[in-house]
Parts: sequence; structure tokens; C-alpha cells
Amino acid sequence: MLRFDFLEARNLRHAIALLQRHGNDSRVVAGSTDFLVRWRQGFWRPAAVVNLKGIASLGRISFSPRNGLRLGALATVQSVESNAHIRRRYQALATGATSFAGVQVRNLATIGGNVCNASPAGDTLPALLAFDAQCTIAGPQGTRTLPLTEFFLGPGRTALEQGEVLTQLTLPAPMPRTGSLYIKHSPRGAMDIATVGVASVVTLEEDGRTCRDARIALGAVGPTPFRATEAENLLRGRTLTPGLLGQAAQAAEAAAKPIDDVRGSAGYRRAMVEALTTRTLQHALQMASGRAVTFEEQRRLAVQTAF
Amino acid sequence: MNKQPLAITVNGHERQIFVAPYYSLLDTLRDELRLTGTKKGCDEGDCGACTVILDGKPVTSCLVLAMSAQGSDVTTVEGLATPDALHPVQQAFIERGGLQCGYCTPGLIMAAVGLLQDNPRPSAEEVKFAIGGNLCRCTGYTKVVEAILLAADRMASQC
Repeated sequence: MLRFDFLEARNLRHAIALLQRHGNDSRVVAGSTDFLVRWRQGFWRPAAVVNLKGIASLGRISFSPRNGLRLGALATVQSVESNAHIRRRYQALATGATSFAGVQVRNLATIGGNVCNASPAGDTLPALLAFDAQCTIAGPQGTRTLPLTEFFLGPGRTALEQGEVLTQLTLPAPMPRTGSLYIKHSPRGAMDIATVGVASVVTLEEDGRTCRDARIALGAVGPTPFRATEAENLLRGRTLTPGLLGQAAQAAEAAAKPIDDVRGSAGYRRAMVEALTTRTLQHALQMASGRAVTFEEQRRLAVQTAF
Repeated sequence: MNKQPLAITVNGHERQIFVAPYYSLLDTLRDELRLTGTKKGCDEGDCGACTVILDGKPVTSCLVLAMSAQGSDVTTVEGLATPDALHPVQQAFIERGGLQCGYCTPGLIMAAVGLLQDNPRPSAEEVKFAIGGNLCRCTGYTKVVEAILLAADRMASQC
């Protein structure tokens, strides 16, 4: 039978020291929702786990117009889903969080864990990428920051070095006239992994028609979640017509490099990228134009319930 | 890998036990505390059968490391009824036929209890969303949703 030792980190410095001491034989846990599944599968076999969950200072969420959104890595997905600032200003992140697993897992799983697990299908990741998240990483040599776009190296592989811990994600404050949405497509409405996930963020100029900025990020259609930059470039500075949104969706589809698996064929995934990019852009545009969409409506758009 | 001391409050009773460092909260409840009302279905967070309330929130206890629940407060299905009466959610499941084989029932009931703590008057859609993480292969869910809505009505009218 597989076994491991449980090491409780008293604070961040202690966590880093424990990780240095135990090296590759140790793994960080926080919510442990990914860890316990992978451990029981025999995929991860550490001799020791270092539990971060008790470090209360890493669980905070704060927002200010100047500093943007600061997400402590240990903030639960549920706390992201229910945060009033996030629901109001970062709708794609709130809808990404609400589409994540089920409430029982959202109450355990942390935003930092979702990032560090580096699944191509992680439900909070497209929104974090689309909102230009920066990672704060603490390690034996001190603290460094890294754009989230450079954090993901492959499925389950990140830029974290030995002894390093992701401590915070920082998202700049959205400009006025910004709207956003994440849509998850999966066989089951809850507790499932996305077949395709798309997050779009649209910011309009003062005229209410011209696109000032557009960000599109795709999940589950490549080795990592990634930004569809060609699609974004088609939209910036242009008047957002239905035809142009369709062109951007086709560019997003062209950027997707999906695989065939049990949740869908590569061809099906590509087709879904186009459909969901169009849909997320349409709704993001409407929200950017000032149309109020309640969170319940956003959730209905973001995740289909299975029954 | 010696067992380690764990202080945990379960259904209102403070317990001091020793558990293996790799034990889940679910296995601890069932094997160490002999509280077998909480069921093990998939052991990977897909089915919701192991749902308990941990520090006020419903969680899949198969995905919680017992040692990480040090000092926590846990309510299992055994902790709902009083000596005189079932919990309103339990009573409503019986009256509405919200169960057949019963294996998923403790998890569904705990998910419902968790929902009604946060949202005492949920819509049918909110109920369906809240139990999306609980699999039931018998009922087709219709009677489960009806039972939770009935319990919500009764609990709200008691306040």
C-alpha cells in the first residue's frame, strides 16, 4: 500500500524549508482534491506531503482599482465564485469558478492548486489568462513574479523550481466598459472535466462600439491553456460586428491543437472552440455595453446542468 | 508512518484519535470512528456519496486529508437527527420518496443541508445546481429535488 508522511507548514518560510529538505520526494497539498486522486491512482508517490492549508495569510482576496485583484493562492474556488468584486468585475473568473467540479470540491480546492496542477482543462485558468494574471512565487532565493502565460509548460508542468511555492495571483483592474464570460462544455454538468472551455474579455471604447481590447483564452484544446492572440488581434480597434466576431472565432479554432479522448474528438473540440468563442464574445460584448446580467444568468450560460 | 494525533469535533463530540498520515477524512470517519453512515462511492470526488459538513461547508470527505482537518468541526448524517425527530431534510426524503437503494442518500442529504444553511429558500434550479455533484442511479432526481424543496418550506416556516 502507498503511504506518505504528513508535514504541516507553520508559515511560508517553514513550507519552503520543508520542500527544500524533502526535495523531489515531497509534494505540496492545499485542498488536496487533485493530490488524493492522483495519489490513489499511483501517479504521484511522494514520501511526504507539505500541507499549506494552515497558512491563513495566503487565503485572502482583495480588490482595489489601483492594485486590481489579489488572490491569495489558498483562496478556495468557492470563495472566488462568491466574491462580490469578482462577480462584478471579473465575470469570466466567477463563471469559471462556478463551473468548477461541484460545491463539495469548490469548498476544498484552491485557486493556487488549480493553477499549479496545470491541467489543460483547469476551469479557472482561461479566465486568469484572459485577465492577464501575474504569479507571485516565493522560494529559497526570495520572491519573483511571472506572467501566468509563462507559468504553464505542459500538462501538469509549471515554471515552479524546487522549493518554490505560488503565493498570489494578481489581476489588473479591468478598464471601464469591460465584460467577460467563461463557458464550459462537458458531458456532465458537475464534477467533470471540460471538453472545451473558453473565456473572453471585451473592453469597448467610449463610443460603445469600437473594441479597445479583447482577450480570448482556450482550455482543453492544447497541452496548456493558452491565449488565442491572432483572434484577439482581429478585434482590437475594430467595430465589433457579428461577422467580425465570427472571424475571430474561426481564428481561435485555427489556433486550437486538441487531442482525441473520451470526452470528445479533436474535430469536435475544434468545432466547439468556434461556437464557444462566438458565444462568449457576444455575451462579453453585451456586458461591456452595459447590459446587466445577473450571476444566475451567467451561470446558466457558463455551465449546462445535466438534468 | 506512525499514526498521528488528531483532535476533531464530530457531531458535537470532541474526539482525540490517532490516524495514519495518509488517511482521508472519509476513511477516518468510517474505520476509526465507526461512523459508517457516510458512504464511499468512487473515492475520487465524482459521486458525492461521502459528503459531510466540514466547518460549515459541504465537502467530499474522500478528498480531505484527515490530518488537515485538525481542530475542525464535522457533521455527518448521524449528527442530524435528535432523539425525538429526524432532521426536516431526512423526513422530507422519506415522505417524498427521495431515495430508493439509499447508498447516495446520506451524501445527498448532507449536500441539501449545506445548501439550506446558505440559501434557505432555493429555487428548483438552485437545488439542482447544488446537488450536481451527487450521483443517484435510482431516483432520477425528481423526487430528491421535491424533497429538498419541501424541507426548505418546512424549515423556513419554523423560523
